[in-house]
Amino acid sequence: MHEVKFYQTGTFTVGNRLLPPELRTVQSETGRSNSLNSGHRACQGCGEALGARYAIDAAMRASGRRIIAVNATGCLEVFSTPYPETSWQVPWIHSLFGNAAAVASGVAAAQRALGATDVRVVAQGGDGGTTDIGFGCLSGMFERNDDVLYLCYDNEAYMNTGVQRSSATPPAARTATTPAVGRAPGNVFGTGKNVPAIAMAHRIPYVATASVANLHDLERKVAYATMLHGARYIHVHVPCPLGWGSAPADTVKVARLAVECGLFPLYEAHDGQVTGRTLIRRRAPVSDYLKLQKRFAHLFAPVRDDERLAAIQAIADRNVTELALEGHD
Amino acid sequence: MDKPFAITLDVGSSLANKTGSWRTSRPVYVDRLPPCNHACPAGENIQGWLYHAEAGDYAAAWRQLVLDNPFPAIMGRVCYHPCEGACNRGTVDEAVGINAVERFLGDLAIREGWTFEPPRSESGKRVLVVGAGPSGLSAAYHLRRMGHAVTVVDAGPRAGGMMRFGIPQYRLPRDVLDAEIARLTALGIAIVLDHKVTDIRATMNEVRADAAFLAVGAHIGRRAFIPAGSAAKMLDAVSVLRSMESADKPMLGRRVVVYGGGNTALDVARTAKRLGATDTIIVYRRTRDRMPAHDFEVEEALQEGVLIKWLSTIRNVDAGSLTVEKMTLDEQGFPQPTGELETLAADSLVLALGQDVDLGLLDGVPGLAIEDGVVKVDANMMTGSEGIFAGGDMVKSERTVTVGVGHGKQAARHIDAWLRGAAHVPPPPHELASPEKLNSWYYSDAPRTVRPTLDLARRASTFEEVVHGLDEGNALFEARRCLSCGNCFECDNCYGVCPDNAVVKLGPGRRYAFNYDYCKGCGICASECPCGAIRMEPEPT
Repeated sequence: MHEVKFYQTGTFTVGNRLLPPELRTVQSETGRSNSLNSGHRACQGCGEALGARYAIDAAMRASGRRIIAVNATGCLEVFSTPYPETSWQVPWIHSLFGNAAAVASGVAAAQRALGATDVRVVAQGGDGGTTDIGFGCLSGMFERNDDVLYLCYDNEAYMNTGVQRSSATPPAARTATTPAVGRAPGNVFGTGKNVPAIAMAHRIPYVATASVANLHDLERKVAYATMLHGARYIHVHVPCPLGWGSAPADTVKVARLAVECGLFPLYEAHDGQVTGRTLIRRRAPVSDYLKLQKRFAHLFAPVRDDERLAAIQAIADRNVTELALEGHD
Repeated sequence: MDKPFAITLDVGSSLANKTGSWRTSRPVYVDRLPPCNHACPAGENIQGWLYHAEAGDYAAAWRQLVLDNPFPAIMGRVCYHPCEGACNRGTVDEAVGINAVERFLGDLAIREGWTFEPPRSESGKRVLVVGAGPSGLSAAYHLRRMGHAVTVVDAGPRAGGMMRFGIPQYRLPRDVLDAEIARLTALGIAIVLDHKVTDIRATMNEVRADAAFLAVGAHIGRRAFIPAGSAAKMLDAVSVLRSMESADKPMLGRRVVVYGGGNTALDVARTAKRLGATDTIIVYRRTRDRMPAHDFEVEEALQEGVLIKWLSTIRNVDAGSLTVEKMTLDEQGFPQPTGELETLAADSLVLALGQDVDLGLLDGVPGLAIEDGVVKVDANMMTGSEGIFAGGDMVKSERTVTVGVGHGKQAARHIDAWLRGAAHVPPPPHELASPEKLNSWYYSDAPRTVRPTLDLARRASTFEEVVHGLDEGNALFEARRCLSCGNCFECDNCYGVCPDNAVVKLGPGRRYAFNYDYCKGCGICASECPCGAIRMEPEPT
């Protein structure tokens, strides 16, 4: 007799009526905390709004709703909290663009001083507030091993101020500051700034990458990281329909292709060592991912830029090889 | 003015901001037509009953199934399952074994003794059904459930029609057939046997019927002119299969030649093998790809040692041998003689060249028209004679058990409407849930459970069933491979992927609703819906 599995929904859908409720995702619960509530002013199909609710709801369930969230300046802050309205249904504080990690360190210290041992502190910001402007504070938080879970929602540019390049913007991508003109259109093929790897180099207890395309994986990592002590870092890939020039309906699809082509590998690391990776299920060429986004349109028209496509494919191939993302567990 | 320094407004929730006003298109929940349901000649709601089977609620699955078809255990054996050919899962890995699950449900119902619900009220009308085959019994069943009194009259000694006298036992064991027919009589349907109707109007008066449904089938074996010596033994396939049900089994000899290329030719060849023939050869005019028989039947017959001579016709028959001529296909695909002859040793020749309808009972019925040897019916399945309907093999149709059962259901609806002085207007069909409407990412890969087939050696010598059923474990596994095309199966994807919390989860069995106050119309729900049950529509202006 076959072992009966839930093939209809597999492990990929949000819920599954055939599973006991405690094995379903946080997002499938009728009573989920909806930490980021309706009425926020994010664009249609915003990946960051989705990723933030996924992550904070998961942290809420894991901690028994004992969360304080610290927010960096950025889209997430602007669209969720235009004074005097807020979409947040968690205790939430915003200070400056670059100091979310430092404020969170302070909140954690205050909770410790108050003896509130059950309260977990989460800091969150976009790639600009994390990989550029807040990078010094973030590194300090890591180095001191402060008891904070830092969530970076990476949409690969400064979207809030009009799509300017950040250190997380991928090569060849068109932004307001890296126009698709000249002999090398779009962003430069630089040396890259891999913040999860930098976090790992601090040998903090836990580092992970996650994607809005893989909810089960994201929730598991956030729930685990929430209850761990010390500095923790999760880098979440969140497509931006406005800045990337993708269809709002394709947000999850674009995120999925980023994972499946190898450009955004999903893995986790303990104390600086990679301890787990999420295998690619249906390997796709990077062009499948890129051609859904107008920021890469110059790679396909008026003539296909095979040289740059090959260079981007090489980045994906390297990720796949280095992390052994293909095959079976 | 007791607010803190620099604060002038109360803290408010973003719920005050109705972002739904941004929308230019809106998602709506739809039920699309699954391709299996679309392909089912009996009009079963296959996706509907698989949905219950997936949850292990087999009784609910069976009840859903028998709303359309009273013969799950029979269907699970003899239906050529066009549903599986249409199944969208075939584009992911392999089609769902719908037929196998149907059989599992049918067998379980027999084992558990599940019965049909009696009609809620009696209509006071009576309908005469002529012919106790699949079509007639199906019509009788549906009419009875609608509250009409039904009398079924059949010329044969036992009910079942071609299911009993045409389909060999190794495909349909008779205890299964008997059990599913017994359930119909338990519902209050009167079946009168050994009664040949010769004058339909007279019989209607006799039983005081308000309407009649004719479904006598097509059971006269078609003949072909083949010059034959006086000692040559020539039979027709229908008679051979029918006599398998009587005490005198047909004497076919050691070397049997079957002429024809349909499923009946294969049935009779496989029957001959089981009766002890050493050589069974099917002679067919065309090539395998043009053969009307189903491929799996050809495959099973070849495995059992039946030989097939393609591109051949029979020129003449003598005692102990016959002559075949090689054919060649011309440009139009028609077989043309080559003049090349060959002699085959044969103790008997069985003709399986199709069947004709016995139209005797219709003599002298005014208004009733015959066309191409079958009864002509209008769009409501009524013949030219008021109140007399016809279906199954005796009207223009594809002649299979499932088509017959479907005719019975359709006819019952039309008869019911006619008895009430109305016309049955079927609801407009839903849009088809074609593969590109699905998001197959969310379904994991799983191989199809292959029904174990009987050991070849055992199969060739007995009339035991060739194909075995599923047990509960693999039936559940198979049911869960259903993609639920076009119909929400409550996977929570829309509820989860909405960046604006604009999907309301209504609880088990009640699906979801959109909160258009906040839905911005991004369409992620529609593109991430695995089964294509959400459609984006332009926002009404």
